[in-house]
Amino acid sequence: MSSSPTYAYYPGCSGQGTSLEYETSSRAVCEALGVVLHDIPDWSCCGSTPAHTVDHVLSAALSARNLAQAETLTGVEGIATPCPSCLTNLKTAGRRMLDPQFKERVNSLLDTPVKQPLPAKSVLQVLFEDVGPAALKERVVKPLAGLKVAPYYGCILNRPPEVMEFDDCENPIAMDRLLEALGAEVVPFPLKVECCGASFGMPRKDMVMRLSGKLLDVAEDNGAMAMATACPLCQMNLDLRQSQINATSGKQHNMPVFYYTQLIGLALGLDKRLLGLNKLCVNPKAALQAAEQATAGAA
Amino acid sequence: MSAAPGNELRIIGFLCNWCSYGGADTAGVGRMTQPTDLRIIRVPCSGRIDPLFVLKALVNGADGVLVSGCHPRDCHYAEGNFYARRRLEVLKRFLQVLGIDERRFEYTWVSASEGQRWQEVVQKFTERIHELGPAPKITPDQMAMAETMAAQPR
Amino acid sequence: MKIGVFICHCGSNIAGTVDVAKVAEEVGKLPDVAYSTDTMYACSEPGQEGIIQAIKDHNLDGVVVASCTPRMHEPTFRRTVERAGLNRYMFEMANIREHVSWIGKDKESNTQKAVDLASIAVAKLTQDRPLIAKKFGVNKRVMVIGGGVAGIQAALDCADGGLEVVLVEKTATIGGKMAKLDKTFPTVDCSSCILGPKMVDVAQHPNITLYANAEVDSVKGYVGNFEVAVKKKATYVDWTACTGCGLCTEKCPSKKATDYFNEKIATTTAISIAFPQAIPKKASIDPEYCIKITKDKCGVCEKLCPTKAIRYDMQDETVIEPVGAIIAATGYDLFDYTRYGEYGGGRYPDVITSLQYERILSASGPMAGHIKRPSDGKEPKNVVFVQCVGSRDKSVDRPYCSGFCCMYTAKQAIQTKDHLPDSQTYVFYMDIRAPGKMYDEFTRRAMEEYGARYIRGRVAMIYPKGDKYIVRGADTLAGTQVEVEADLVVLAVGAEAAKGASNLAEKLRISYDKYGFYMESHVKLRPVETNTAGVFLAGSCQGPKDIPSSVAQGSAAASKVLGLFSKDELESDPQVASVDIKRCVGCGKCIETCPFGAIEETDFRGEPKANVIETVCQGCGVCTSTCPQGAIQLQHFTDNQILAEVNALCQQPLVTSFE
Repeated sequence: MSSSPTYAYYPGCSGQGTSLEYETSSRAVCEALGVVLHDIPDWSCCGSTPAHTVDHVLSAALSARNLAQAETLTGVEGIATPCPSCLTNLKTAGRRMLDPQFKERVNSLLDTPVKQPLPAKSVLQVLFEDVGPAALKERVVKPLAGLKVAPYYGCILNRPPEVMEFDDCENPIAMDRLLEALGAEVVPFPLKVECCGASFGMPRKDMVMRLSGKLLDVAEDNGAMAMATACPLCQMNLDLRQSQINATSGKQHNMPVFYYTQLIGLALGLDKRLLGLNKLCVNPKAALQAAEQATAGAA
Repeated sequence: MSAAPGNELRIIGFLCNWCSYGGADTAGVGRMTQPTDLRIIRVPCSGRIDPLFVLKALVNGADGVLVSGCHPRDCHYAEGNFYARRRLEVLKRFLQVLGIDERRFEYTWVSASEGQRWQEVVQKFTERIHELGPAPKITPDQMAMAETMAAQPR
Repeated sequence: MKIGVFICHCGSNIAGTVDVAKVAEEVGKLPDVAYSTDTMYACSEPGQEGIIQAIKDHNLDGVVVASCTPRMHEPTFRRTVERAGLNRYMFEMANIREHVSWIGKDKESNTQKAVDLASIAVAKLTQDRPLIAKKFGVNKRVMVIGGGVAGIQAALDCADGGLEVVLVEKTATIGGKMAKLDKTFPTVDCSSCILGPKMVDVAQHPNITLYANAEVDSVKGYVGNFEVAVKKKATYVDWTACTGCGLCTEKCPSKKATDYFNEKIATTTAISIAFPQAIPKKASIDPEYCIKITKDKCGVCEKLCPTKAIRYDMQDETVIEPVGAIIAATGYDLFDYTRYGEYGGGRYPDVITSLQYERILSASGPMAGHIKRPSDGKEPKNVVFVQCVGSRDKSVDRPYCSGFCCMYTAKQAIQTKDHLPDSQTYVFYMDIRAPGKMYDEFTRRAMEEYGARYIRGRVAMIYPKGDKYIVRGADTLAGTQVEVEADLVVLAVGAEAAKGASNLAEKLRISYDKYGFYMESHVKLRPVETNTAGVFLAGSCQGPKDIPSSVAQGSAAASKVLGLFSKDELESDPQVASVDIKRCVGCGKCIETCPFGAIEETDFRGEPKANVIETVCQGCGVCTSTCPQGAIQLQHFTDNQILAEVNALCQQPLVTSFE
């Protein structure tokens, strides 16, 4: 197994709390598909969204510390992280440090300087490029046939394109292809890269109600029984706040919002405990059953 | 002629009439401020530039020489700049043999519409020459030594 | 030598940042300078008279003017010194405006630089020799490349002026973009009604030879005597026999061929005539779709054709056309809007281009003038227009304004209301650019009489919702985001340089800008000339233009050609290479390197020598820097002349000489 893709793994803070199920399912799926993940030793918070709005150097230093820690690992080809926000910070820091002056300023803040920033990728990119839909399809034991799912990438997984350098920034297809490989029916979802309201859930709840509400509306209009997402914050806005959205808009959404890794795990027949489906606020049972019945009826 | 006043260095430009000279004009029309060191000599085509012109300038005390022509494939004379490119590339390698810092010579392509590009080229090249400082001059001592050596019977 | 030097103030353009009196004083100290002064406007009438007077008073035999760029006024001052009896090449110019006063801030440095530039001009002038122009004959035929409205106008004007015209058109019919339009602004008159008769005139004019479905392969020669190779692409129909009856197109079983004329909103037959008013009205076969050519079956058209014109084995053919001048009128192409992923990137069938909408509106188009959605054929109710798609947008490298989109969008909004009185139109715009005659009034009418709702802002996203589309954009006047539900979205795609424009420019040896638009000789004063003598521009190949401007340029280019051809002989530029036969060793290197084949080998008392054909030499000087003997010298740019300039700038202060 010397040819297994091997990455330094950066879990990110939300994976330790609100998106625990994303964290465990990502690890489980990677393991099942032969992607080797080595945790970055003593990793720290990337600064999330607030840091870079205050100071670019300090913000880069937060991620640079993790880049430096990753350099202690051997045999890794890059860094993989499930969280788009962490990814943005890692990539932005690496990109900014191409400027030697900037790099020097960042390194002066660190105990161990960064030598050569490792390339960072999302787990989605790793699964799409290193495993690929065709190989994934072969490993499926329990196809998700009948499950009509809207793929939702969130606004920062592919943008800005010159930083993220993966997939089409307006119409990404990586998750679509992976979900199709699972046997799921991917419905056309034009708002793939629209903003969910992000962290405005605190200061301007109305904004999240409106933006995330529209995502749910359009997914439902396009026939989706469920949504799949790749971002902890998006998932939280769509799932945890779905009842608030319903209360505000008077609608009756009952749309389970999966992490795409949970769906891969289901199709691969992985241990349900690792997938953490019980952590979802909107119970997915009905949708999964409906999908099963639809295929049973068709068969 | 007297040397330039103040901190200016002597930089000579050989520009083709159709593209780069026009580009320098465009920069002027756009009032794109540039360092004043450069003195431009106009030639019809970069293919007209004999590498010896560049050498003559450098040997006679220029601190830098800049050549600019039309972009490859966009030559007013179809292929003059291809000849220029080959000659000037050889010259660049040859300068070191002569003991001249090859960074004092550069060639580039600027079209008549690229005023902004011309401004950047002048800015960068002038900065580079200033970093290198004035070209070494032959001192009276060296001169005397050369004469003594020349006078010695072989 | 007695040289006169004139330092121009150019009002305050030069004098503002250069001490011109000081320059005149310093340059006056040079050995060969007999007279040196400053002058307010050297190019003005009193300025030129001053130069002439000084030449006479001081018996000058050469003049230096330090003013603006020689690319602007060198010809002016050459004529001035000629009026005073000097040879026009006993004149040099120093550019102390574009290269000094406009780019340098420090007056002292500028003044010194101006002194230097004037001094190198003086140094060059001391080496100058009088040159005499030779005369050569002109072939009074003109080639027009491109059969859009600009090319048609140029061809007709030249032909009416008595010239023989060769019109080369890339597609199977002339008419260009204008032929695809339904109506034109600001009159809303029918495009084909005003263009059609002109196209017919082209077909019937005895002085015009039309090559449709043809392209320029190569260009040789020089002003007065070009030789252009025109490649006539295979049409698989013998056009001398084809009568354009259209029987073949009615019966052709292959009906899925790409309909380029209808901007791909419909398909056509493998053998087709572009549109009913096509000129020439001849059928041609798309070999990609022809069943006979691809599978060697069918052959219906061959059987049906009453004049037996079908030739399945036809090959491309090249003809050589000798002409004295060339007008490039190659037009523009549309920006590829699929680069905007946020507008669907081509995935949504009811998000179309403005030119596709013209074909929908056109009574002779595939929908016979009924506005219907391409997806389901339903009449749209809400039609949203999005302006500046591929214009004024740095993110797609199109920072320029395409100029005419504001107007045609207003026109299309008006037409939409005319066709569908119950419809509502919305226009997202950045600014309304309507500077032509009756243009602003026209856009006002679209808003006020036809109820088009203009929203000032960019569109961020278009996405489908059910069978409709949501167009989301900013309303920058209200400071809000707006969403409009649309049945049909029309993108006002910008204009970009025609595909292959740079390729043709290289053949014609003319310059083009970074977007591929051809460079005129002077932005304001020589708008249809190029820097290559005998090559002229008309229409959008020089930059996006509306119909009135294109027609005006077509006529302007024609008048330039007629002016050029008004003389039987042209004067050749004497700045050509010349061989010193005593130095020439006959190595032939110059013959090999000359890009124009202007040097031939001759026999001089049994020795091979180089000889320059002066009318062919273009004066690049490649030969001069190639010659190992210094035997071939480009006149006015000889080694000695250029070295004199170098020496004026660089004199190592040697204590003694090695000699």
